[in-house]
Amino acid sequence: MKRLILWLPLGLFAVFLLAVAFGLSRSPETVVRSQLIGKPLPDFALEAIVPNHPGLSSADLKRGQPRLLNVFASWCGPCATESPQLLELKRRGIPIDAIAIRDRPQDVAAFLGRYGDPFERIGSDPNLQVQMAFGSSGVPETFIVDGKGIIRHQHIGEIRPEHVAEIVKAYEAAR
Amino acid sequence: MRLIIASAALVLASPALAQSALPPAEYAYKQLEDPRQEAEAKALMETLRCLVCQGQSIADSDADMAGDMRALVRERIRAGEKPEEVRRWLVQRYGAWVSYSPPVEPLTWPLWAAPVVLLGLGLWLARGRFRRRAG
Repeated sequence: MKRLILWLPLGLFAVFLLAVAFGLSRSPETVVRSQLIGKPLPDFALEAIVPNHPGLSSADLKRGQPRLLNVFASWCGPCATESPQLLELKRRGIPIDAIAIRDRPQDVAAFLGRYGDPFERIGSDPNLQVQMAFGSSGVPETFIVDGKGIIRHQHIGEIRPEHVAEIVKAYEAAR
Repeated sequence: MRLIIASAALVLASPALAQSALPPAEYAYKQLEDPRQEAEAKALMETLRCLVCQGQSIADSDADMAGDMRALVRERIRAGEKPEEVRRWLVQRYGAWVSYSPPVEPLTWPLWAAPVVLLGLGLWLARGRFRRRAG
């Protein structure tokens, strides 16, 4: 018994080393998910950034039909990558609104001209006030908001072709 | 020569994580007018995690998002909110992960209890030695 107890500190140290090795082998990047999934969306009202799309407010996302809310920026590479997938979602009849993060009107117009324009409303969020209210920490991110204004789903990062089915499913589930 | 080309490539390369062309928010780099409020805001910023440059506090980071988070903290403190209210607002959205000051809750209590438990265990292991020396 006493012998065994003498080994205890070494045993604890071994456990500590294992914990460190496990921690080091994991990716240091943590994906920060919004805590607001299943909760009402925050109140906000954002002005338009380009003339051909009205601005976006929380009331626009509570009109009975679920909607996609795409958080994007013209200066964000992955946002361009996901454009074909957003156009595909629009083609399947899913309405998409957007929040443009830290962006300028001429840049957004050029971005939409170059990569296609799947959006109905686009609100301008120059200082991330609304992005932070959503618990979103980067671009692109896509939320699904149901017709009553409850946030149902958050997709972090660009929507790749293999994600489209998953988004459609989450959208149908929000009906 | 190769070194020069490599250095030039490093200097000229555009960053993979592009940042926007907009100037930073007003209070990202500007202190609050009231020094007492600024001190409160600064103390809070040092305990909030930058979400895009993980491992740094928002007080330490030059990322756009950290600047906007500083602006948010300063504007809310300026409007009269208590630092803990601002922290709670962020934790409600991003989870306890955004805060460097871990709350005492079931998930974190081992963290708080571990030093006491380890010290107790050490004393218990060493108790025989003390007894022998006394005797």
